[in-house]
Amino acid sequence: MGELLELTVAEAAARISAGDVSADEYFEAWREAAAGDELNAYLWRAEEGGDATEGPLAGIPVAVKDIFCTEGVPTTAASRIIEGYRPPYTATAVRRLQEAGAGLLGKTNMDEFAMGSSNENSAYGPVLNPWDRGRVPGGSSGGSAAVVAAGLAPCAIGTDTGGSIRQPASLCGIVGLKPTYGAVSRYGMIAFASSLDQCGPLTRDVADAALMLNVLQGRDRCDSTSVGIEGGVEVPTREDLKGLRFAVPAELGQDAIEPGVRTVFEATLATIERLGGEIAEVPLPHAEHGISAYYVIAPAEASSNLARYDGVRYGMRAKGDGDLLEMYESTRAAGFGDEVKRRIMLGTYALSSGYYEAYYGQAQKVRTKISADFDAAFERVDFVVTPTSPSVAFGLGEKTADPLAMYMNDFFTVPMSLAGIPAISIPAGLAEPDGGGPDLPVGFQIAAPAFAEQRLLDAAHALESAIGFDSRSGEGDGG
Amino acid sequence: MAELEAVIGLEIHVQLSTKTKMFCGCALSFGDEPNVHTCPVCLAHPGVLPVPNEEAIRCALKIAAALDCDVAPRSIFHRKNYFYPDSPKAYQISQHDLPLATDGRLGGIRIHRAHLEEDAAKTIHVGESGRIHGSGASLVDFNRGGTPLVEIVTEPDLRSAAEAASWARLLRTTVSQLGVSNVNMEEGSLRIDANVSVRPAGSEQLGTKTELKNMNSFRFLERGIEAELARQRELVEAGESVVQETLHFHPEDGSLTPLRSKEEAHDYRYFPEPDLVPLVPTEAMLREAREALPELPEARMERYREEMGVAEDAAAVLVTDPATAEYFEQTAAAAGGVEARTIANWVTGELAATLRQAGEDGAADSKVEPESLAALAAMVQEKKISHGSGKQVLAAMVAEGGEPAAIVEREGLAQISDSGELEAIVSAAVDANPAAAEQIRAGNGKAIGAIVGAVMKKTKGRADGGEVNRLIREKLGL
Repeated sequence: MGELLELTVAEAAARISAGDVSADEYFEAWREAAAGDELNAYLWRAEEGGDATEGPLAGIPVAVKDIFCTEGVPTTAASRIIEGYRPPYTATAVRRLQEAGAGLLGKTNMDEFAMGSSNENSAYGPVLNPWDRGRVPGGSSGGSAAVVAAGLAPCAIGTDTGGSIRQPASLCGIVGLKPTYGAVSRYGMIAFASSLDQCGPLTRDVADAALMLNVLQGRDRCDSTSVGIEGGVEVPTREDLKGLRFAVPAELGQDAIEPGVRTVFEATLATIERLGGEIAEVPLPHAEHGISAYYVIAPAEASSNLARYDGVRYGMRAKGDGDLLEMYESTRAAGFGDEVKRRIMLGTYALSSGYYEAYYGQAQKVRTKISADFDAAFERVDFVVTPTSPSVAFGLGEKTADPLAMYMNDFFTVPMSLAGIPAISIPAGLAEPDGGGPDLPVGFQIAAPAFAEQRLLDAAHALESAIGFDSRSGEGDGG
Repeated sequence: MAELEAVIGLEIHVQLSTKTKMFCGCALSFGDEPNVHTCPVCLAHPGVLPVPNEEAIRCALKIAAALDCDVAPRSIFHRKNYFYPDSPKAYQISQHDLPLATDGRLGGIRIHRAHLEEDAAKTIHVGESGRIHGSGASLVDFNRGGTPLVEIVTEPDLRSAAEAASWARLLRTTVSQLGVSNVNMEEGSLRIDANVSVRPAGSEQLGTKTELKNMNSFRFLERGIEAELARQRELVEAGESVVQETLHFHPEDGSLTPLRSKEEAHDYRYFPEPDLVPLVPTEAMLREAREALPELPEARMERYREEMGVAEDAAAVLVTDPATAEYFEQTAAAAGGVEARTIANWVTGELAATLRQAGEDGAADSKVEPESLAALAAMVQEKKISHGSGKQVLAAMVAEGGEPAAIVEREGLAQISDSGELEAIVSAAVDANPAAAEQIRAGNGKAIGAIVGAVMKKTKGRADGGEVNRLIREKLGL
């Protein structure tokens, strides 16, 4: 049975479709693996399911970030405020997976409402990094990254608003893909920042990411902003990078990068050249303002998106016999965690009459400039590359007291989110953390023009093959 | 002090009568059991997204065309954020600085803008106050939540309460003819708020305005504005100033009370709705909206006056109800020798009055066929029956339908055409009223009424009034 868990998603689906492997047996094997979660990565686990034998994901169990609504299955967004809520409908992304033959294996822990970079903002406690349980798995899709890295699920989906798929994938040593904004429907994904949120896969390898993306993507009549990827994507097979140009942003903040991460990043650039790729430098002059713009736009949208959690229709309602205002205030005071409250306040302020232009308006202008920077870069090169995260996984509690230090985790991932372009993080090697300790995974981020997912996956696959990182090395500590 | 001039602008909410809500697939309804027309989207469950209703956009484009507005090639939706149980998302999706339509005109009044938005749910406050403050509990019915609305805002071009009410009626008829709304004020599918201020006549500056809400009939609209104008005039004349506030109209006693400032102290934190893409109507949609326009009241009134010679006030009455206007046109077409002007007077005068007395609705729904009314008008014009008999026949037609000729025959109402017979009756009546006869001879023309009355009584109204007058004077040698 252990052998079954070694299969990639693509391999397993092929064997189930061919009748070589029983869907029930395969699902049961993963259910048992998931039951051994010691990382606090699952918030809910399926007791049955996964009997489909047809479709590109026939019989594949999928771990789903608890931000996706699943009919009849508790959905919390890791918040107390909707504790006990069982959605009457299923998110389009999950439904598409199910229609492709996949089954729901479990719902994964996350930062509350996807706000965080360490998974320490969950109302249900932090997820532990399978490589070192004293460290964070990254966030906000920390549970989804941890279960794949720890061998508690063959694949997972998460959401990425400013790096929430790529950064935890990087910190857990797996593949994480944020598709182009609009490639995957957001219907049923609990909104954090609507103009940035995007669903994507977290997998052991690039081929599995491609397989899942092809199922997830598509225009959805329930999401006016969804367009899909024309023609879908195919599982990549490319092994070289000949004729492809990779650019490092000239303004890459070298100082902020951990030495170990820098070493792996530079080694990866060398691997690209060895595969026939060309390394260049492009200016992204506004990218350094990405964090500032992001932390205005995302909280502004969040302040509005989270206003519906008022205790009137579902979820928790604080006890009290006061008036309407008191009900709102006490419910929201008790239901939201500190980081969520911080962002609601930031966002409310940024949208306030008299401050709108100075904050929200200005941030949108920065966003446009960042987009234009990428457009200009992609006229000269095929990809922009950076480390995914400035550091390897950091210690639990290390950055919780300093929100700004925590926000800097998103330094390399936020610009792509603001520009709406696709970006993937693949594990590029191991590095010693600052302050010592066992080596930990380092992610390498590749970004491509909007809807150029196929090109992105092809290049990532070639690079992944050459790097030869064993994504399963984190499993030993998983459960 | 210069005379104070009223300056009034209206904000009109028109509920569209689409099949489904603005951003979800729930059916529209009125008066159904609470909370049966709901879904995750209009209840604002976590994770849901709005999808615009194409039919609502088409309806809004028709309204824009009827109001002669410029349609924006690209308009966007905004979120208007506020906490209240009638707003499950805690924001209303509306349009803000890039509305669908601007710069229109209707009946000489400029339209500032018209935009699409969604209606709030209905809150019912249990308790005596009927308002949320002091109520024991509040209930929310989400059936209405998400109903498509078009908000129309006029420029402050109206100068009296009566003008405002009359213009609002024109707007209602216009929108009604587009078939995009029931425009029923009692049911709330047409809601009109008024912005009211006063200023010295001739001044270009606007005074401080107040906003009047909850006037759910044209009569209340007029009364509310009238009351507020009186209050503002009194304040200004006393040297005091008007405070900008929102006032709630109470239909029971016609009074206005301020809404608690807490209820309106909103910073709506508008920002572009990221869940929706810009609204870009195609050329075909715009053309379709324009081509679908029926003849609207303004154009119809023009035609009645210019081409058909109908008097202005009768034309104005006719066009307020398209069905009545249609009825009038059918009647006029059936009436060979009777002028349209006369037919219009029959429809808006005798017929309307008779229907009102009988407690019936409009002419179009009555038992009186247009051809029958035309025949009646012809009989009166040709003096086959007297005008008074005509009224009696009309009452019978309203009650039971039928042809006027048959009713005249049955009731014996044909005008006395035998001049000998009428002369004898007149002669007897003059003899029976010597005092009146004397007064008439003395030059008191009004005294003739008594003798005419006696003749009419005797003939049961079957005599022609003009002829009776002539015969009386002849008898008296005048």
